[in-house]
Amino acid sequence: MLRRQITLKAIKEFIIEKAIYLSGLTSIIIVLLIFIFLAKEGFAIFKTASIKEFLFGEKWYPISTPPKFGILPLILGSFYVTIGAALISVPIGIASAVYIAEVAPPRTKEILKSGIELLAAIPSVVLGFIGMMTLVPFVKKVFHIPTGLTAFSGAVMLAFMAMPTIVSIAEDALNAVPRKYKEAALALGATRWQAIWRVVLRAASSGIMAAVMLGIGRVVGETMAVMMITGNAAKIPHSIFEPVRTLTATIAAEMGETVQGSDHYYALFAIGIVLFFITFIINLIADFALHRRKT
Amino acid sequence: MKRNPYRTQKIAFAILFASTVLIVLPVGFIIIFIIQNGWKAISWEFLTAMPKMGMRAGGIFPAIVGTLYLVFGTMIFSIPLGILSAIYLTEYAKDNGLTRLVKLAIINLAGVPSVVYGLFGLGVFVLFLKFGASILAGSLTLAIMVLPIIITTSKEALDSVPQSFREVSLSLGATKWQTIRYSVLPHALPGILTGVILGISRAAGETAPILFTVAAFYLPKLPNSIFEQVMALPYHLYVISTQVPNVKIETRYGTALVLLVLVLTMNLMAIIVRSHFRKMKKW
Repeated sequence: MLRRQITLKAIKEFIIEKAIYLSGLTSIIIVLLIFIFLAKEGFAIFKTASIKEFLFGEKWYPISTPPKFGILPLILGSFYVTIGAALISVPIGIASAVYIAEVAPPRTKEILKSGIELLAAIPSVVLGFIGMMTLVPFVKKVFHIPTGLTAFSGAVMLAFMAMPTIVSIAEDALNAVPRKYKEAALALGATRWQAIWRVVLRAASSGIMAAVMLGIGRVVGETMAVMMITGNAAKIPHSIFEPVRTLTATIAAEMGETVQGSDHYYALFAIGIVLFFITFIINLIADFALHRRKT
Repeated sequence: MKRNPYRTQKIAFAILFASTVLIVLPVGFIIIFIIQNGWKAISWEFLTAMPKMGMRAGGIFPAIVGTLYLVFGTMIFSIPLGILSAIYLTEYAKDNGLTRLVKLAIINLAGVPSVVYGLFGLGVFVLFLKFGASILAGSLTLAIMVLPIIITTSKEALDSVPQSFREVSLSLGATKWQTIRYSVLPHALPGILTGVILGISRAAGETAPILFTVAAFYLPKLPNSIFEQVMALPYHLYVISTQVPNVKIETRYGTALVLLVLVLTMNLMAIIVRSHFRKMKKW
């Protein structure tokens, strides 16, 4: 009787441990599956368009005859919006991380942190909607342009969405700087600001770099808000006050209307591959920066 | 003239403060703005009736139900997988190449754009496994998207349980699994719960992954099985604010408000669980 109980227990334990091992490997399996399926559907486009035509072609006319699948306008669209958003969100995000980590009194700190968490929680479609209702008409009026649906509006909205990522990761990096660094600077007669500017910020620089990269990654991958407020014009933009269309928005807007197995369908999956690689590289750099900090 | 370092500090701190206000103030503004414009649309009928006249009248009931179904489906798939995966990483994984690869995969998964998850879901669940655009395909896609969030937060929670707890349990003759089950998991549970709620709230608000895997444009009925399409709140908000002309402004704000309340309630729950946990922590 006792022995049977023991073996039952052993079997149960065996099964649980195997389940844990398998679950541990799911992440790898999923990454591989994502890549395989994107490749399986996406590489077929290179039978009709060469890699060079696809990446550097200046015309994206997927449904005209003959169709043209050049994603350069989309890459530039993503690029403009991303650079714009980074220019706004990086300085403000880092400044606010420094304020929260080093300057704010404890109670204020808690309130500010929850405010930023709240921002991270708002769904992107809601932010896109608010952008459409408030920011877009505002941009149109202030800059006297025919439409407020521009790369600039998208950049402002996306900057806002990247900030929670930048602030929280940069704040972690600042908190991870050993206190004695700051104390030593203060003991030598530096003001608090001098200690922050010359010692703490420098010691946290690689963590802050990771925060910036992850924020940018968030911007590149953002879909709904961008689709709602950048105007969706798939042509090469000449200024940030023109409508653009990003890589993500193209997939989201066009996939619904394609036929499975058509060239258009393959081309959208190929854009997915491009996005997958861009974010992969960004995350790799961020991970590298984070690990350098630890050693 | 020599610069006064204290004046520099004053100016610097003022700039830092202004930057923070620049982020936090609009958040409050957005939320108040949505509540102010949206509450007029909220009525019993709006929450419980089918949409009518091409979504220009009636309620948003099927979209609310659809989102709840998707949230529930996401939970079923992502919670066990995410927690077991975190247990593997903290308790079983050896410090070798494979573990490094798993961690790299998780980091990479966390960065994949949501619309690429949508493509993946379309390729694998909708077409390859022939689930069609359905609750099942949508839930699986969302579950995979939130998996890295659940794994990372659960892993942090498990890591924060002191090593001595495990050693005491093992020294008393407990097996490895008994140790995890009775001495580690109970202490990590609040942290895990926080991560799970945050992950699920993310799933409730996402639009891009469900675009091609489940969301129906206009479907004024409730689903009968997990192989049917449903409407979902975030997609519905997108549709009525960009695709359908002449929808009343209040209806749009009302839909945004319902979605916002749903997502923020979940986040509030996570914050409460976490602060409760911090107070209880005894070591």
